[in-house]
Amino acid sequence: MSALFLLIGISLIVATAFLLAFVWSVKKGQYEDDYTPAIRILLDDEPGEEQQTNKQNN
Amino acid sequence: MNQQPKIHTETLCYHCGEPCRESTITAHNHEFCCEGCKLVYEILSENNLTNYYRLNACPAPSARERRYGERYDYLEDDKVRQKLISYTDGKTAQVTFFIPHIHCSSCIWLLEHLYKLDKGVKRSTVNFLRREVSLVFDENETGLQRVAILLDKLGYAPHISLEDVEGARKTVSNRQAYYKLGVAFFCFGNIMLLSFPEYFGLDTMRGEGFRNLFGYLNILLSLPVLLYADTGFFKSALNGFRQGRLNMDFPISLGIVVMYGRSLYEILSGTGAGYMDTFAGLIFFMLTGRMFQDKSYQRLSFERDYKSYFPIAVTALVQGEEKSIPLSELKPGTHIRVRNEELIPADSILLRGVAAIDYSFVTGEQVPVPIQSGERIYAGGKQVGASIELEVVNEVSQSRLTQLWNESELYHSDAKDFNSIVDKVSRIFTLVVILIALSAGSWYLYQNQLPTALNAFTAVLIITCPCALALSYPFALGNSIRIFGKNRLFLKNTKVIEKISRIDRVVFDKTGTITINGGAEINYHGETLEPFDRSAILSLASQSGHPLSKMLAKHLSGASLSHVQSYVEIPGKGISGIIKNDSYSIGSAEFNGPSAHSVDESAQTRVYWSKNKEVKGYFAMKNVYREGIQDVTIGLKKRGMRLSLVSGDNDSEKLNLKGYFPNGDDLYFKQSPADKLSLVKSWQNSGDKVMMVGDGLNDAGALIQSDCGIAVSDDVNNFSPACDGILDSKSFRLLPRFMDFSRRSMHVIYASYAISLIYNCVGIWFAIQGDLSPLFAAIIMPLSTVTIILFTTLGSGWMARRSGLSL
Repeated sequence: MSALFLLIGISLIVATAFLLAFVWSVKKGQYEDDYTPAIRILLDDEPGEEQQTNKQNN
Repeated sequence: MNQQPKIHTETLCYHCGEPCRESTITAHNHEFCCEGCKLVYEILSENNLTNYYRLNACPAPSARERRYGERYDYLEDDKVRQKLISYTDGKTAQVTFFIPHIHCSSCIWLLEHLYKLDKGVKRSTVNFLRREVSLVFDENETGLQRVAILLDKLGYAPHISLEDVEGARKTVSNRQAYYKLGVAFFCFGNIMLLSFPEYFGLDTMRGEGFRNLFGYLNILLSLPVLLYADTGFFKSALNGFRQGRLNMDFPISLGIVVMYGRSLYEILSGTGAGYMDTFAGLIFFMLTGRMFQDKSYQRLSFERDYKSYFPIAVTALVQGEEKSIPLSELKPGTHIRVRNEELIPADSILLRGVAAIDYSFVTGEQVPVPIQSGERIYAGGKQVGASIELEVVNEVSQSRLTQLWNESELYHSDAKDFNSIVDKVSRIFTLVVILIALSAGSWYLYQNQLPTALNAFTAVLIITCPCALALSYPFALGNSIRIFGKNRLFLKNTKVIEKISRIDRVVFDKTGTITINGGAEINYHGETLEPFDRSAILSLASQSGHPLSKMLAKHLSGASLSHVQSYVEIPGKGISGIIKNDSYSIGSAEFNGPSAHSVDESAQTRVYWSKNKEVKGYFAMKNVYREGIQDVTIGLKKRGMRLSLVSGDNDSEKLNLKGYFPNGDDLYFKQSPADKLSLVKSWQNSGDKVMMVGDGLNDAGALIQSDCGIAVSDDVNNFSPACDGILDSKSFRLLPRFMDFSRRSMHVIYASYAISLIYNCVGIWFAIQGDLSPLFAAIIMPLSTVTIILFTTLGSGWMARRSGLSL
């Protein structure tokens, strides 16, 4: 059963890693603005490319 | 900018989407309404940024009516710079601008591509909800002023107010709340996992080794919860206790402490498994509830005062030379220059120039008041017309307008602190629980069973920890506040819903609240308007910035424009000019000549016009009432509210208003802001719960004083004063339904209180028998919590549908 000691230890380490990841994401400001990134991802950078696809659609 | 229904034949500007009225400029295969719009288009197309127009049609603000020449000189002032720049290492600096105009994805796209327009800008990030752009720029390549001017040129003028510079900027950071939630969840999950063997009785088979290990690990894991995550509850309970109030956090804290203490004892002494899992779970659920409640509207501010309206700098005249000085350095005796449409920052005396002051900010009256040289001008007015020179007589904070704000803030102090249902319930609840715990304990003590006595005493306190009770208010009203927001009534916090549910008198302001700002119904009387005269009057009226002229120009738009010669504007009287050899004048009756006087001066505002000194006719302008005002007044009456109207205007509209405010409602006219405030006070003193509905400029004091102040706004992102809620004018007609919904939301809370009490009774039944197993606690407490969360969320949604609001 001593394997349990090891497993509990590992599970705690993994869980702590997730907690730290969460703390890091808050610190980086990922929870400050939960709206703009959703729009930003839809904006294309290259106007040239966009123009071409528009022409094709037309 | 009022959205006018667009006529389809009109050409719309490619840049701003405004109809091109006077002159259409065709360039680069697109139509523009003015040079300004064309210019911005050219800047963007040169820099390969025309994607801006592809994301949304006509995304920009019109450049036509924009005030040019704002030079942002004050941004070079060191003190101002220091306040605005949030971080700098001498080379790279970061600044965050509030830009009210941000409204669509094109805005985000353009503002995040600023680096293409100014090489010094390293990065720009938009926060859409807060309408902010935060810029990182190289101080050697560009400057604060240059960036601000660039933004202004593109139509995204940053709003920099006195508040940004004077007050410590509030960084609304709820990062702590996220950390606490994360820590609580982490501990809760792991403790739960380690407690599973205990639930299933596996531990007994494996011997003491694991039992001890799991126990100690649980203690270790619960420490961050006790020492970090739950501190907010203790603080709040302690604060309440010091003020002699037992708030909901008191029984919570009591339960937590007892629960933790007993668990610690049980584990260390080896007598039991403790309730660490329940403890961590409760804290996690309650933190979730708090977060749910606090997630309010970041982009709306409910705490604005005059500082957010005032400019941050003014143009002072030092030995005849213009110099931009910060408002805080404005002293009595300073000479300042105020240009067209600029706000008078402090009470002053007119030295030079023709002053016509628009006091709509203070009184609601839109028609400018002419001021003679040497007369006093009060802060808060706006100059209309050419620039004027003033001598400041009072400091900014000592001026009449600012004093009104300060006074009403005093009234707003804790004296009328709102007594919520939560406070009442928690007081009774706490006392009853302590009583039960004590009597259960002493009953066993009486029978000489000390261990059972302690057991029962602590078990009662643990099981009654009013977690579910505490969660019903934030979850029910948190959901309601979201539904209100969906229907365009934005509330400051959840308590406002309870306040609204108790209202029995609704007071309306007139101008801008039940009438539409800048809108008027115009009827023409007199000789037939020939097309030629029509165009002449339009040409004349569009020269002037007077609100009546603007309305008239809007009314006549469509006629062609002609050149106006020897244009004269006499403030407060009228305007005149020569068009194609005929002299025209429009304005008040006396301005146009004695013959106009014969007409009966009745209810409306009239603008006369004359050609070659001969009065031809007049335009009668009537206020336009908001659509659905009748539904609102009748609807509120039906719900047993008393209605009143307070207006800063004269009683010329009294007859019209009588139609909207049926019998027995009080109509008050010619009320100054201070009068409005004292009227609200007198109603409150006679026991009424008053809701003030106003546009928030000249009734700011009344809004704060009332039990619930609602500011009506055409654009909720514009500035509104301190209030409890901001109502989009489009949703004005929903006001009676909002009343229903707030009352029903409270019913949901009462019902959920009943449910959680039932759970508590069941829990107490087991607890007083001294037999509270950790497994039982670990089931019943989360179960009651989840029941309450589900019930309140679904309940408030159902109530919204019953009240006729969209979800």
